[in-house]
Amino acid sequence: MHRGSALWIAALVHRLSGLALAIFLPLHFLALGLAIDSEAKLESFLRWTDQPLVKFAEGGLVFLLTVHLLGGLRVLVIENLDWRDGQKQLATLAAAVSAIIAFIFLARVF
Amino acid sequence: MTMRLYLWQRATAALMAPLVLVHIAVIFYATRRGMTAADILSRTHGSIVWASYYGLFVAAASIHAAIGVRNVLTEWSPLTDRRAGLFAVVFGLLLAALGARAVFAVVLS
Amino acid sequence: MLAELSVSLWRGGKDGRYETYSVPQRASQTVLDVVTFVQRHIDPTLSYRFACRVGVCGSCAMTVNGRPRWTCRTHVSKVAGSGRLEIGPLENLPVIKDLATDMEPFFEKWQKAQGVFAPSKTRHEEIEQIRPDSPARRTADAAIECINCGVCYAACDTVRWNQDYFGPAALTRAWTLLNDERDAGGAARLQAVAAAGGCHSCHSHQSCQELCPQALNPTAAIAGLKRRTTAAYLKGEIKA
Repeated sequence: MHRGSALWIAALVHRLSGLALAIFLPLHFLALGLAIDSEAKLESFLRWTDQPLVKFAEGGLVFLLTVHLLGGLRVLVIENLDWRDGQKQLATLAAAVSAIIAFIFLARVF
Repeated sequence: MTMRLYLWQRATAALMAPLVLVHIAVIFYATRRGMTAADILSRTHGSIVWASYYGLFVAAASIHAAIGVRNVLTEWSPLTDRRAGLFAVVFGLLLAALGARAVFAVVLS
Repeated sequence: MLAELSVSLWRGGKDGRYETYSVPQRASQTVLDVVTFVQRHIDPTLSYRFACRVGVCGSCAMTVNGRPRWTCRTHVSKVAGSGRLEIGPLENLPVIKDLATDMEPFFEKWQKAQGVFAPSKTRHEEIEQIRPDSPARRTADAAIECINCGVCYAACDTVRWNQDYFGPAALTRAWTLLNDERDAGGAARLQAVAAAGGCHSCHSHQSCQELCPQALNPTAAIAGLKRRTTAAYLKGEIKA
């Protein structure tokens, strides 16, 4: 099935990560907006995010952001630079790099 | 997608590439163990740099996300192109408003 | 004793169903051989298309185990793991009957993308001298061997999700013409491929490039169109 090819998966991951980030962003902005009420409100929210489960979710978000960025760069390169081979390997590498960055994030916060 | 939407989406994407890299670095810095709200806000308060950086980021992200959402809706939902476009505009405005408020929150409040 | 293949073939129109047949396996058998066997020895009412049966005409394209391919160039041994085959008509096109699809939408979009040569000279003028190694000619030659088989169109998810999308083949042909020095289509053709459903709808999934039996690269051609239309738009030569 061509639908399982690395580049097709890359495009799907790009789209799904974008959707997830789009849903997350308003929540992110609302959280930061707590500072309008008081620094204490923001502080208690930040302490709420110290929970392991939330930290895991944040790791997931870091992954989504990185993978969406790298996938977007893939598209920009295809569309604006000369054709290059080895794209499947690059796409797989991008996913790996994103996972590593998310992993480093989690390692630092735990 | 029309020519104009395409260009806006690609342009905001290119603009955000370096912005996101900086943001990832900020995320790593701000989530160090022991960082409090006070630590963060004391660094962002009254900062023209942070206001400009995140202001730009919010604007670009609102446009980019709205166009992306429009594409997904036209391809994956039964909505007409017009309705999808309308939804996307509302969504983009929402992001811009909430984002501007968030920037205000950390820089000025 | 020859092994038997279990072959599911799509029968009927859009609301049809798969029916299963038993076909004797033979050495060097192609999927087209299998379909032909069913029609000749089991069920003469089976409808399907083929012509050259040697991989130069593109008529026999069908969906084989989920992937669009030329059935005359697909060896059964390569695709029928565990002795099973599922064969259906090409996707993204209306089904006429069984394994034959209506190619009209495919060619209508060809026209919409202005994949038609626009002459610039008459017979009374001197013949253009085209160097085969000029960059433009090389670019055109790399994309020109399309025989309209429809495999890329059937494989493309963007075609599936977006009814207006012209598809890889039509856009690739427009690209070859834009690189043809003799062609006078110019800005009008750029405007056509920049329309809704044009090159900007491509998400670079690259299924087309992966599956094209002629090893063409529509993704690259469409990327070229994106660059050309952007430049033309920024210069005011075409409108959004």
